[in-house]
Amino acid sequence: MSKSTSKKASPLVWSGVVLLIILHQDFWFWDTYEPLIFGFVPIALAYHACISLCAGIIWALANKYCWPEGVDDIPESDNKADH
Amino acid sequence: MENNYTVLIIISVYLGLLLALGLFSSKMFKGTSKDYFLASRGIGPFLLLMSLFGTTMTAFALVGSTGESFASGVGVYGKLASSSGIIHSLCFFVVGIKIWSMGARHGYMTQIQFFRDRFQSNGLGLLLFPILVGLVIPYLLVGVLGAGTTLLNVTKGSLPGVFPDTAGGIPFALGSGVICVVVLLYVFFGGVRGTAWANAFQTIVFIILGFVTFFMIANKLGGPVNATKMVIEKNPTKLQRAVHPDDQARYDAAMATFPTKKAANEAAITAWDAAPEDSRGEKPKEIKAPKKPHGITQLAFLTYFFIPLSVGMFPHLFQHWLTAKNAQSFKLAVVAHPLLIMLVWVPCVLIGAWATSAHINGVPVIPPGFSNPNAVLAFMVNKMTGSVLGGFLTAGILAAIMSSLDSQFLCLGSIFTNDIYLHYFGKKTITDKQKVMIGRIFVIVVVLITYGLAVGMQGTRSVFALGVWCFSGFASLFPLVVGALYWKRTTKAGAFASVITMAVSWIFLFGQSEWGKDREFLFLGMMPVATMTILSAVALVVVSLMTKAPDEAHLQKFFPKKG
Repeated sequence: MSKSTSKKASPLVWSGVVLLIILHQDFWFWDTYEPLIFGFVPIALAYHACISLCAGIIWALANKYCWPEGVDDIPESDNKADH
Repeated sequence: MENNYTVLIIISVYLGLLLALGLFSSKMFKGTSKDYFLASRGIGPFLLLMSLFGTTMTAFALVGSTGESFASGVGVYGKLASSSGIIHSLCFFVVGIKIWSMGARHGYMTQIQFFRDRFQSNGLGLLLFPILVGLVIPYLLVGVLGAGTTLLNVTKGSLPGVFPDTAGGIPFALGSGVICVVVLLYVFFGGVRGTAWANAFQTIVFIILGFVTFFMIANKLGGPVNATKMVIEKNPTKLQRAVHPDDQARYDAAMATFPTKKAANEAAITAWDAAPEDSRGEKPKEIKAPKKPHGITQLAFLTYFFIPLSVGMFPHLFQHWLTAKNAQSFKLAVVAHPLLIMLVWVPCVLIGAWATSAHINGVPVIPPGFSNPNAVLAFMVNKMTGSVLGGFLTAGILAAIMSSLDSQFLCLGSIFTNDIYLHYFGKKTITDKQKVMIGRIFVIVVVLITYGLAVGMQGTRSVFALGVWCFSGFASLFPLVVGALYWKRTTKAGAFASVITMAVSWIFLFGQSEWGKDREFLFLGMMPVATMTILSAVALVVVSLMTKAPDEAHLQKFFPKKG
């Protein structure tokens, strides 16, 4: 993946993290448990389980497009023995 | 009796296996202090994921999630779990990876070493030391108290001839002592590598057990659809975050007749008191006012988001980050952590909500007036499943407790060794072998102190209320680590101001909550952690801007020029 693709995608991924935090505040499911997903999971619980799934996806994208610079170039020998 | 024997045997076998695994991992120990405290920075992606997950998920993941859902409804998943899925991974990504790279470059073994070096201040290290240790110790105590109490309760009836005073259950002092010794042995011999292997094993155990428990309980309740149907009929508020009109109507109706019932009850008690002793029957029980149904406010829900920021400043997680083989090792943990949280929490949260209304043959599974939410899961398992699952579940609860205890014991041993003993006395005169020896001695001392405190506090519940306050304290130190890593302009004075503001606001708000007694305490309608974190961040920024910028040459070490 080229550096320029990462540069372009990175703000989008971080916007996705912010969006996820906003979507987490689901006031629209505050006073209802319906519909029941699979007949037994209240909608808000199912919704928040999806938030967890989306968190996994968004962090996978962050790994790909927002990986910090300079953290992969530490040679083994640079692992200092003590401070 | 036979049932309790089964539980005892399963727990003994489990602890034996754990010990064997810990001792096996010690075969890989290279004998150096870097290996003892940091596994020679050789932990790969899978073990790192298991270590981080096992350490962040305490017994609260199994027992507390069920209990909180029983008390407040399924909304606790959003409040505690899905928020943690987002924020924990954020901490691993923006703090953990950077800290790992700094640690690998400059040889840090502890959090305090990093901050002392970044801000060129021994004083900051001395200020942080009591705060970090003080916040970890109650967290440790919760684990040891939980382990001893669990063992006592589940083994009751097993050995009546040996332990008549505790109805045959393993006495608290012995049970918590056994747990401390098992953890101590694998930490002592295996160091951080021993804890990583033990955490991996224990994390797998409690994830599987959560699932098995869920399916067995659902089956006993006539399937998950039927279990949820009972909650809709009896306690619909437990399935959402606002009070359901049906529950409100039931409460209003109960309150309308309560004064009359209360007056009759009081009259009956007065008559009983006045009656001659030989003609008295059973004393009438005092009736209590109906419990007002309560939901979760949107502001409290929103500000709960601050709590998982604590992961960015836990000293034991800091140490686990430093053990990673390379930065790439973090990738799996960053992605899989929210998914593992979901796998553990969703079944437990559903069990907790079902427990509020579960009936079998018209009889409630949980008796009315049941007042200890943390005991709900064990109660459901004991009543609804066989002793084998009961034994395994107990092993799962102990697994969750021990997978946090081990890292905390080791990290406190490391802090005392590296930040106090070696830093102030004899860093230059001590051999590496002696460093390992000193580290091990400190681990023993920490375990002994914790055990002594736990035995002394046995039976008190106050320490459990401290849990959320410990998390809040660590969370409000989050601005410090972000400033240190990402804002060059952060100064030593700004760092001091941030830590002092955190400490003062923590003490003030903790006092306002009657030292943790008020479990529902909110400040300005928000979780107190929100105020503490914001104040700490403001202090850091304002004081840093008011003081002289750090030396550019020194900053090069932490902000190397790109390219």
